[in-house]
Amino acid sequence: MSDLGTFATIRRGLSLSPELRTGLAGTLGLAILQMAGRVAVPIAVQQGIDHGINGPGGPDTRFVLGVVAVTLAVLAGSTVCGYLMTRRLFTVSETALGGLRSRTFRHIHDLSMLHQQSERRGSMVSRVTGDVDQISQFLQTGGIQLLLSAGQLIVSTAVMFVYSWQLTAVVLLAFAPAIGVIRFFQKRLAAAYRTVRERSGTMLGTVAESVVGATVIRSYGVAGRTGQRLDTAVDELRQAQQKAMRTSVTSFSSGEISAGLALSGVVVAGTLLGIDGDMTVGRLTAFLFLVTLFIQPVQIATEQLNEAQNAVAGWRRILDVLDVDPDVADPDDRGVALPEGPLSVRFDHVSFRYPGGPVVLADVDLTLDARRKYAVVGETGSGKTTFAKLLTRLMDPAEGRVLLSGTPLTEVRFSSLRSRVVMVPQDGFLFDATVAENIRFAEPSLTDDQLRTAFTELGLGDWLAGLPAGLDTPVGERGETLSVGERQLVALVRAYVADPDLLVLDEATSAVDPATEVRLQHALDLVTRGRTTVAIAHRLSTAQAADEVIVVDAGRVVQRGPHSRLVAEQDSIYAKLYASWLEQTR
Amino acid sequence: MSSKTSNDVLGRGLRVLGRAIRTEPRLFVVSALGSSLFGLLIVANSYIVGGIVGRVVVPALAERRVSTGSLALVVAVLLGISGLRVATIFARRLGAGFMQFRLQARYRRAVTRRYLALPPEWHQRHATGTLLSNASSDVEATFAPIAPMPFAVGTIVMILGALVTLFLTDWVLALVGVALFPALFALNFFYSRRMSPRQIQAQRMRAKVAAVAHESFDGALVVKTMGREADESRRFGVFVTELRDALVSVGRLRGVFDPLMESLPSVGTLAVLLLGTWRLQTGAIGVTELISVAFLFTVLAFPVRAIGWVIGELPRSVAGWERVEAVLTAEGDLAYGSGDLPAGGPAELRFERVGYRYAQGPPVLTDVTFTVPAGKTVALVGATGSGKSTVAACAMRLVDPDSGTVSLDRVKLPDLSAPALAGATALVPQIPFVFDDTVRGNVALDRPGIDDDRVWASLRLAQADRFIEGLPEQLDTAVGERGTSLSGGQRQRLTLARALAGQPRLLVLDDATSAVDPRVEAAILGALRQAGTSLLVVAYRRASIALADEVVYLHQGRVVATGTHAELMESQPGYRDLVTAYEKDGK
Repeated sequence: MSDLGTFATIRRGLSLSPELRTGLAGTLGLAILQMAGRVAVPIAVQQGIDHGINGPGGPDTRFVLGVVAVTLAVLAGSTVCGYLMTRRLFTVSETALGGLRSRTFRHIHDLSMLHQQSERRGSMVSRVTGDVDQISQFLQTGGIQLLLSAGQLIVSTAVMFVYSWQLTAVVLLAFAPAIGVIRFFQKRLAAAYRTVRERSGTMLGTVAESVVGATVIRSYGVAGRTGQRLDTAVDELRQAQQKAMRTSVTSFSSGEISAGLALSGVVVAGTLLGIDGDMTVGRLTAFLFLVTLFIQPVQIATEQLNEAQNAVAGWRRILDVLDVDPDVADPDDRGVALPEGPLSVRFDHVSFRYPGGPVVLADVDLTLDARRKYAVVGETGSGKTTFAKLLTRLMDPAEGRVLLSGTPLTEVRFSSLRSRVVMVPQDGFLFDATVAENIRFAEPSLTDDQLRTAFTELGLGDWLAGLPAGLDTPVGERGETLSVGERQLVALVRAYVADPDLLVLDEATSAVDPATEVRLQHALDLVTRGRTTVAIAHRLSTAQAADEVIVVDAGRVVQRGPHSRLVAEQDSIYAKLYASWLEQTR
Repeated sequence: MSSKTSNDVLGRGLRVLGRAIRTEPRLFVVSALGSSLFGLLIVANSYIVGGIVGRVVVPALAERRVSTGSLALVVAVLLGISGLRVATIFARRLGAGFMQFRLQARYRRAVTRRYLALPPEWHQRHATGTLLSNASSDVEATFAPIAPMPFAVGTIVMILGALVTLFLTDWVLALVGVALFPALFALNFFYSRRMSPRQIQAQRMRAKVAAVAHESFDGALVVKTMGREADESRRFGVFVTELRDALVSVGRLRGVFDPLMESLPSVGTLAVLLLGTWRLQTGAIGVTELISVAFLFTVLAFPVRAIGWVIGELPRSVAGWERVEAVLTAEGDLAYGSGDLPAGGPAELRFERVGYRYAQGPPVLTDVTFTVPAGKTVALVGATGSGKSTVAACAMRLVDPDSGTVSLDRVKLPDLSAPALAGATALVPQIPFVFDDTVRGNVALDRPGIDDDRVWASLRLAQADRFIEGLPEQLDTAVGERGTSLSGGQRQRLTLARALAGQPRLLVLDDATSAVDPRVEAAILGALRQAGTSLLVVAYRRASIALADEVVYLHQGRVVATGTHAELMESQPGYRDLVTAYEKDGK
């Protein structure tokens, strides 16, 4: 989290949401008109007392009636202005926040996988939900009040000044120490609320662990241990909340004291001024009303400050995400399209390491011919998945270049890259939609007939027919109504209809039930036909079926060639791998 | 929303508040007393200000002189009131805040206790996200009205106090109050009722936006590799716009309410000015009374809002409480017995005519009978959906079968005490679960008698010792939330070591080594056979199956055949097809 201060955060936030300034002049104008209604009443009281009640010929009811009528009209006008102002403000701010949500959402997708993995995915979701909600909720409740309070503070000060600059000076002097005290507490308050948020995060994490791990906790009989951890997390949050509350109340009690000081100062100074003939009873009374208008904003701030702190913190977290530049950027208009036709691959002395981590790939230098099938094999952690990510430009190498048919990947427009190069990830992620909609994810224009044809072409027509509602079968959250293998089938069809020239397959490690496995292998054969294919292989059959096998070990390419030749290289890494594969199918 | 349901929400909301008050009576009394005193001080303050103007200022201005003594008294009284107000603010806000936080903490503990007590079958029926928000945001929503509640109570006291003093001052001016206060309440009530459906709609759209974002980020890899970022943004944008519309509609209503709420008391002040002038003429009141009452209406407006805050939070509170209560009253606990196992050595697991079905679903297991003899390894083989994982769950008593019995060394599982069951059995599931803890914490789980030597021995047996030795702080290395710093295979081996550390007498592996390299898997299974435990293995890989002493072949929830791998290969064509499917294709 960045160390942006409260005001710096608001400034940065405003600059990132220029929509917030839309029609600001009009909104402020309406707000000022609304304020006019608030100060109208004290002025009416002053006029009523000085010229009506204490009038030269005794109480003058008709004069008072006139004053009241005029003030009522002003009040009505100010109420209408208040409505218009609130409406404008809500429309503008919610539109701006909606824009902020959408922009942050897109930005998170644009960040490379590297960032998406290093951050927790759930916390990314809260960037576009909870954090924006916090700003929005604050605007809905306290924000407008705080804004109007600020206006009220300014307008009432101005009117007070007109009535008596001396008494205004007394009021401001009375509040001067409070401002100092509040500023002093501001830092401690911010720290206290930061602790609350951190502990709240810890508490959520602990609860999540106890829920996700419920089976494990039960079967090991360690509910007591988990319960204690939960209690600690819950209680630490409570203590932090109470501490923040204490600081907050202490800080703002200074405002109350100042109110007392101001009121008594005004009475004393006003009376002395009146004796000198510089003050009437009506003006002094009006002044006491105005002081109340001046004090109210402080009271409101007391009630709303917690929300404001949360909103600013939410804003800060959003800015933190938006401030991360996508390190794998789309060259867009400055980029080029990939050359037509089948694609060849060249790794030009490529190395990769995660920031601050060990080297994952070291000096990989190889060429893959177009339209051939390659299997990349190696133990867990050897760097083969990284190889796939560099090939599809989910990440950029630390050193060296990756070229497709001679064009460096970094120069290729994403629109061209993503339509020609497709990766089927390990878990074959499906969206909570129908089978058809999941396939159309790759190619929205396909008709149902074309989809069915695709399934048939891959030998999956009978499988599709066996689904409860065929193409319209809902697959459930993350595709959970299908088995792991079936999810991979759908993901494969999705890649097939995308019709890429380079297909990158990250094979699933987990075992699939054998019947589905057979279908999968068959479909795979058909999908890869005629395309440059790079499979990150975990299975012997995939390696055997490849035109060439590339063996990766500890981040280096150690062997390369057809399966039959590599197996024959005695004591080689591949020969050992093959031996273990054989062992498990014996 | 019809008025019946909205009254209902009010009633149920007040009942939730009543429960809260009964739970924390002391804090409530402190804050309500503080708040009531605060309200009365506001009333008193108006009269004191009026009195000061009438008794000190007016004469002083008329006589052009004032005594220092009376000015000092004014300062003392006003500052004294300020001091008292600060004290009451402390009592109200700290009392209310502490009450809210304590209630939240109490119910969070209660809810999470239920989570720990309820069986896995219940957990399966509830999404993780829902359970998470039950313990966090639902508990929070339930007690959200607590914070402004004492303020609202104080406000009612203040209004009663104000009405009494108004009548004591002048009955005509009191009528202004009699008209004004009900109008304020009516406005608040009307507002809350109109607001509630809009809030609910906004909440619904919030959930929708969250769901889309969650799914889209979950599938980020697919979105990225298919170049669908723009389309996803469009899909997300539709819901964002709907949410915006819902929130703007909330704002519009606020736009009507807020300015009206501001203006009503001002109308009261003006009415006092007009009527007061008339009453002054007739000599019924003096300037002092007039100013006091006018001032009173000016300061009353703000606290009255507290009542609106409470009413406004009630629908959310009721909805939150219903979800919290559903967890607290959930049934289906698996009660434990008090029995223990006869001492020592590998245990025999026996399934006798076990049947199981999910509520209203088709049977998952039918008449399943088999035995894992003490110290032997039995492999459970069957296609997806044949009931293998349910067998594993029954063996661990994560669920109780609907019919038949499962027993360990001839003791029925429901007769066993919780520690006896947990001590004798261990399950390693397909998806490994790793705690946000150190390696040692994850393996030992603070179970008695598991020292570092035992931890290392278990890690060795699970073939995890080599990679743990390579970690920066070895056993003290924190593995991160859900073990994110480890690979899938490493997580599986770590959870296997956890199971072994307890030296279980029966070990159940539910496809627990699927992400481990085949060579390593073979080594693990070989070692486990020597570990002095009975072993039930759900497996796919033929090499794993072949290591078993006996194979139970499961098809559609029934045991089709039991025997050695070789026997079943010979006698069962279905079994043969199942386990040789890989080679057929791979040749």
